[in-house]
Amino acid sequence: MLYKNKQILGVGVFLFVIFVLIPWLIHVSGRWDFYYTLTSVALLSIASGGVWLTFYIGRINIGQGAFALAGGYVSAILVVKYGVSFWLTIPLAGLFCAFAAVLIGFPILRLKGVYFAMITLVLTEVARLTALALPITNGARGISSIPLPGELSIFGLTIIPDFSTIENVKLAFYYLAAVLMVVSFAALYRIVNSRIGHLCRSLQQNEELASSIGVNTAYLRVIAYAISSFMGGISGAIFVAISRSIYPASFPVKDSIDFMLNCFLGGLGYVFGPMLGTLVIYFGWDVLFTTGKYQLLIYSSVLILLMLFLPNGILSLRLPGKKGASK
Amino acid sequence: MSPILQVKGVTKKFGGLTANNNISFDVNEGEILSVIGPNGAGKSTLFKMIASFMPTTNGEVLFNDERVSNLSPHVVAQKGIVRTFQETTIFKSMTVRDNVIVSHHLRSKANLFGYFLGTKTAKSDEHEFGRSADDIVDFLGLGEIRHELASNLPQGHLRALGIAIGLATNPKILLLDEPFAGMNHDETMRTVELVRGVRDRGVTVLLVEHDMPAVMNISDRIVVLNFGEKIAEGTPFEIQEDDKVIEAYLGSEDDAIGI
Ligand SMILES: Nc1ncnc2c1ncn2[C@@H]1O[C@H](COP(=O)(O)OP(=O)(O)OP(=O)(O)O)[C@@H](O)[C@H]1O
Ligand SMILES: [Mg+2]
Repeated sequence: MLYKNKQILGVGVFLFVIFVLIPWLIHVSGRWDFYYTLTSVALLSIASGGVWLTFYIGRINIGQGAFALAGGYVSAILVVKYGVSFWLTIPLAGLFCAFAAVLIGFPILRLKGVYFAMITLVLTEVARLTALALPITNGARGISSIPLPGELSIFGLTIIPDFSTIENVKLAFYYLAAVLMVVSFAALYRIVNSRIGHLCRSLQQNEELASSIGVNTAYLRVIAYAISSFMGGISGAIFVAISRSIYPASFPVKDSIDFMLNCFLGGLGYVFGPMLGTLVIYFGWDVLFTTGKYQLLIYSSVLILLMLFLPNGILSLRLPGKKGASK
Repeated sequence: MSPILQVKGVTKKFGGLTANNNISFDVNEGEILSVIGPNGAGKSTLFKMIASFMPTTNGEVLFNDERVSNLSPHVVAQKGIVRTFQETTIFKSMTVRDNVIVSHHLRSKANLFGYFLGTKTAKSDEHEFGRSADDIVDFLGLGEIRHELASNLPQGHLRALGIAIGLATNPKILLLDEPFAGMNHDETMRTVELVRGVRDRGVTVLLVEHDMPAVMNISDRIVVLNFGEKIAEGTPFEIQEDDKVIEAYLGSEDDAIGI
């Protein structure tokens, strides 16, 4: 019971920080640029959360960039060419990516370890080349001057106003990303702490035995991969709305690798690991910007050291012996 | 009554190597049947084909007159044939109890989405699995260590946990690959009793084993393989008297079939 109360308190504090404290701090300090940074962190952590779920079934996924790109293009094309409401394109982008993940996943999820990792890495590049080649994606010129999200209303009732009429668009995007991040991680938490998570862990630890106890391993793997890609897709869609443009190189291989590193760094055993990992890596990279040409060198060395000394991620420091992932 | 399992002319070739050559035998419901033979005789390969972990090159396996070979392992498990493994039989980073709980998968009434939403069916499943897992864990003498991580268990307990996992699936036929491996005499005798207990719960047991005293003690019938061929089949008494069997065992550097 006590543990439960602590949990509720933790969630409450977290929600307060992201929805009240941070906007207030930014308001008083006047550092409006932080909105963009934090919005990016929220969106990147959604995509990383997806990658984390594929880790959770025992697969190293270095291909999330492909789905972020695909989701971004789906949203951009629907909005620009077909006049679909941006709000509708968010779930559509997610579903498109989930569907693509099912098609791609069935054959490639049979592979394990490095083999799966390499294929997913290639996937990011394939996505870029596809975007470059297809007429609908407009090749290298990409799609730009994407309008701001319009109004979201149900039965004439305005739920979200037209972004072009909002005074503080940065804040609006920040709230959008933060809400989606909270919902995504709540869903992830639920998955992991329900019997589904238990089944995922059985896959991660011993796939052969899992199938021997009757788990349809191929099906479960594809489901997890589809959820993962869904998260990549929605994060891509919102990114595009913020930058109001998308190009084949919008989500390069480096992003795919970063999504994976975010999970490693935060901790593969903790649902909220990718959130923390994304925050640390994003800010870490920015801070190192001042070191100029040594940026990449220092960044890589620090990452290697962290992985050597904290193989279970940063969260293993704060929660000794209490895995957020397993009850 | 027709046999519960029929192995019919099963052959497995790995390139030029014939691991199983035209093997046939029947298994009766409720019996304990052991498959023995020197190292590399093809015992594990045979088990893998029975549980559809591997396709047959030729021949088929019938379970209640229905073909079960060349399907998917989880489909065969759904039908009631469950295999434990010679090597790792457990989920290492789960507690003993969680190992057994997750293995109740085939008894699930709720689907994945139901588990996500936490529906009534899902909750009653989870409750039921927990209760049943406690039963099984107690039955196999793992009650005291139910909250231990499986990776911390000694050999004897690991094998018992392997059997517990098998039992949790509620199988009709349980295939045990070397359940006594790495055990001392006392542990083996205890596990022999456990396997008997499993059979007394109505489960037909097939096992591969090298421990001859245990095999002779526990088996109703024995099938002997050598170099992928079936060379004998019969009661423990018949097998001990069989010239071909004695020759096969004496001919290899393996321990002789001494009792
Ligand atoms: N996947 C495989 N590919 C190629 N050859 C294999 C494969 N699996 C088994 N073999 C070969 O088939 C033969 C039979 O192997 P199997 O594992 O069935 O023997 P076994 O009777 O279980 O032996 P042990 O008592 O040592 O467990 C061996 O020669 C083995 O090397
Ligand atoms: Mg073997």
